[in-house]
Amino acid sequence: MMRTLLGAAAAATMFVASASWAQDVKPAVVFDMGGKFDKSFNEGIFNGAERFQKETGIEYRDAEVTAEAQREQFLRKFAQQGFDPVIAVGFAQGPALEKVATEFPDTRFSIIDMVVDLPNVQSIVFKEHEGSFLVGVLAAMASETGKVGFVGGMDIGLIRRFACGYEQGVKHVNADAEVYQNMTGTTPAAWNDPVKGGELAKSQFDRGADVVYAAAGGTGLGVLQAANDAGKLSIGVDSNQNYLHPGSVLTSMLKRVDVAAYNVYKTAADDTWAAGIQVLGLAEDGVGWALDDNNSALISDEMKATVTQVRQDIIDGKIAVHNYTDNNECSF
Amino acid sequence: MEQFDFVILMLDAMLRVSVPLVLAAMAGLFSERSGIVDIGLEGKMLGAAFAAAAVGALTGSVWLGLLAGILASVALAMLHGYACITHNGNQVVSGVAINIMVAGLTVVLGIALFSRGGQTPQLPAEARFTALTWPGAEAVADVPILGALYSELLSGHNLLVYVAFLAVPATWWVVYRTRFGLRLRAVGESPEAVDTAGISVAGMRYRALILTGILCGVAGAYLSTAQSAFFVREMSAGKGFIALAALIFGKWRPVPVMLACLLFGFLEAASARLQGAFDVDNASGFVREVLTGLPFLIDVLPFILVVLLLAGFVGTAVAPKASGIPYVKER
Repeated sequence: MMRTLLGAAAAATMFVASASWAQDVKPAVVFDMGGKFDKSFNEGIFNGAERFQKETGIEYRDAEVTAEAQREQFLRKFAQQGFDPVIAVGFAQGPALEKVATEFPDTRFSIIDMVVDLPNVQSIVFKEHEGSFLVGVLAAMASETGKVGFVGGMDIGLIRRFACGYEQGVKHVNADAEVYQNMTGTTPAAWNDPVKGGELAKSQFDRGADVVYAAAGGTGLGVLQAANDAGKLSIGVDSNQNYLHPGSVLTSMLKRVDVAAYNVYKTAADDTWAAGIQVLGLAEDGVGWALDDNNSALISDEMKATVTQVRQDIIDGKIAVHNYTDNNECSF
Repeated sequence: MEQFDFVILMLDAMLRVSVPLVLAAMAGLFSERSGIVDIGLEGKMLGAAFAAAAVGALTGSVWLGLLAGILASVALAMLHGYACITHNGNQVVSGVAINIMVAGLTVVLGIALFSRGGQTPQLPAEARFTALTWPGAEAVADVPILGALYSELLSGHNLLVYVAFLAVPATWWVVYRTRFGLRLRAVGESPEAVDTAGISVAGMRYRALILTGILCGVAGAYLSTAQSAFFVREMSAGKGFIALAALIFGKWRPVPVMLACLLFGFLEAASARLQGAFDVDNASGFVREVLTGLPFLIDVLPFILVVLLLAGFVGTAVAPKASGIPYVKER
């Protein structure tokens, strides 16, 4: 009874407040390490926020985290200054957000890549394994040696989910294919070490790989560069990275964080923002693969047909893609 | 034959990875042999990496980039000298200050110049050091053993790789076979004696720091214009500290220091290849943790080795005697 009353009271306050929200939505975003110009994950969010600003004329504020402790500071500062909604970018902001969101129950927070179970938090996660499966299919079809590589950023479950989906995609086409996997490091610095990323990619080329998939934020730039220098193929991640080295980037695994960020602000402005968990996969167009002028010469009609078919099969449930974080094992 | 190829490619990777370490360690050798502790190798390298990439991106010239890198690094070395030689400041504090200052300054300048969050634009091929193929490398590539040695290991690196490994005998020659080198070593061991002989201690130390700056500048340019094609913040990623570790591990002597750099480079190359080499899916619990963690353990091995060395487990490391002590003339 008490709970219903409270709920009703909360709903009433929300209703009263919502009228003003529509006009004075004050959006903010806290980028994570790697920075908003990582040409990948953070930059995707940045693009989405920019699009919102351009379309609506509502300005947003942003902050870039460069040290562990800043996540909580920035989130709290934005909440204190009345920013709403606030986007927390990346899994690493989970613990900080949990604290801050409890302190500011009236501020709407959205977190990307992590689930924070609080009534004022919207958690947006992606089925990266499904998108990675598709680029794995493309990698296996493009590879002449039957050996492909994967370079991850920080060694965490999320990145292993990319790796595992990719491996499944590769093996789907060529069961005997070899998949070399490297993680750059175990600290957040691993998102921003292109020199090491390039070296890891070279070590995979040395072993015969001719396509390498980078899921490593800023580190991935070094991977793509190394592939271009060595005359091999690479696969970008999160944002469309095909344009970075036309003719060398086979495709990019798109994770539409730009759409997610845009929708957070848009729904907040329309007052349709809802707390809870959103899981975006192939069916929701939350993940996918990139085809544009820069890589159309690398993708044959056969590859296109196969990957389109596989995509449909995954959506229809005919192909089940194992999610690494379900059991912390890449068993399929 | 496959194993032989594997070894060659490992050694090849080792060379590539150890280049910035060798250059920075030789840089540190000049400075420390003159009695100036240099924690700021990391900062100088980072500053040079930024300057080289920024100037390379703006002018499209690899040589102007290299020159800018060297100038930036020498300027930082002179700042260090001004604080610790002219004003007898604490050398460790000055070095740390340079590291912190450069980490921030490169990002700020990067944002001001290119508005890309501290990154520089991608460098075109003319603004980079690209691989040099030695004459006949293609032709002899198929000759067993010697062909692979020549075409993979010796040929196909960029210019700075050769510069780095030529810097080692050059350093040895300068330090042990020239009058400058004799004075350099003397000023690091017993500056009073050098002063008595009528040679300026401060002058010697400044000259040593210029050499440090030049070598660190080349190391930085290697990171941003040879190994990769842009600058990103903190891209030196601790290499200056590993070089410092190598310097201690090699006991401040050129050839052992180079060998230490090669060892650390080999460890990094090995760590890249060890990842995923074990089938961890079948292992469980502790074994699995150990096998997954092993490649990352290798990354910290240089520091563990130095701690063991300093603790006296692997020989002893005796630093130049006057190292870290500002020289004050007795009145």
